[in-house]
Amino acid sequence: MHELSIAMSIVEMAQEEAGLRGNVQIQAVHLRLGLLAGVVKDALLSSYEMACETTPLEGSRLIIEEIPVEIYCSNCKAQRPVHSIQYFCCAECGTPSAEVTRGKELEVFALEIRE
Amino acid sequence: MSPEPRMVEVRKNVLKQNDVIARALRERFREEGILAVSLVSSPGSGKTTFLERTLTLLRPNHRVAALVGDLATENDAQRLARSGAPVKQITTGTLCHLEASMIQKALDGWDTGKLDFLFVENVGNLVCPSSYDLGEDLRLVLLSVTEGEDKPLKYPTIFNSADVAVITKMDLTAAVDFNEQALDRNIQAVRPGMQILKLSAKTGEGMQEFLDYLHKSQRLRPQAASAATSRN
Repeated sequence: MHELSIAMSIVEMAQEEAGLRGNVQIQAVHLRLGLLAGVVKDALLSSYEMACETTPLEGSRLIIEEIPVEIYCSNCKAQRPVHSIQYFCCAECGTPSAEVTRGKELEVFALEIRE
Repeated sequence: MSPEPRMVEVRKNVLKQNDVIARALRERFREEGILAVSLVSSPGSGKTTFLERTLTLLRPNHRVAALVGDLATENDAQRLARSGAPVKQITTGTLCHLEASMIQKALDGWDTGKLDFLFVENVGNLVCPSSYDLGEDLRLVLLSVTEGEDKPLKYPTIFNSADVAVITKMDLTAAVDFNEQALDRNIQAVRPGMQILKLSAKTGEGMQEFLDYLHKSQRLRPQAASAATSRN
């Protein structure tokens, strides 16, 4: 369970960004979370609430956009979705691939602020 | 204060701090000619026995050291120290994984002399360590034959983040009706092309093949200041 330390990093990062913009009030943090990032969405959401307590972000929302896993398919010569997270092959043609091109994101993408 | 909230784009990696340190470590290992190898697995898969055997076998001809992460106790470090290699325990307290900064801190001021191989034993956990790049050249995921052939399917993220699968306790295959083909198939499903090494640290079976693999990795690894790519 490392979601709390990740939530604390998110809160810290958002506070820094708010500081850079003249201490604006943050209403929501938009996060991009890859399905291969090794982070559990629900655990992160409840950790976020805890991490916000007694900070200027208390009461703000964490909005998580889950990013599906994509691989490079050598047969299709293109980036393709994986069949499933248990089966790393091209969803279109079935060629196995370990070359993950998308789905490891753990990124603060945007902030909803009020000036 | 304006009534309507507005969106501002940030686009920052949450683990950026860890990744920056990991990149610096990777570069440092390459400059110093060290092959850094990390080990991840569930608790009880035999990491420490495997590592003790590896250190003992490498020691006569190579300079080796190990860092070992654990929530509490220094038992593992004491066991590994029997190999005669320099060993340092990283006690993580309540933290379920190692982070790059802990490796950096443990290495600073630790006089191991010049090294050929540095091993990093992560906390026994198949979930959290997958998110953290430690600057290692090779990440081994260990799985013992007693754990069940479907473990790769249950923990695809860690298997996908590792470079090599090491199957331990091969001396127990008969006792647990281990299905070797099923395990191979499941590993290949979550990480196509993954190298699989099967061994028993107790009997020594397969250890030579593992050492050969290490030597080959050391010969083939990128040189300093080139291809210092992050694991993520």
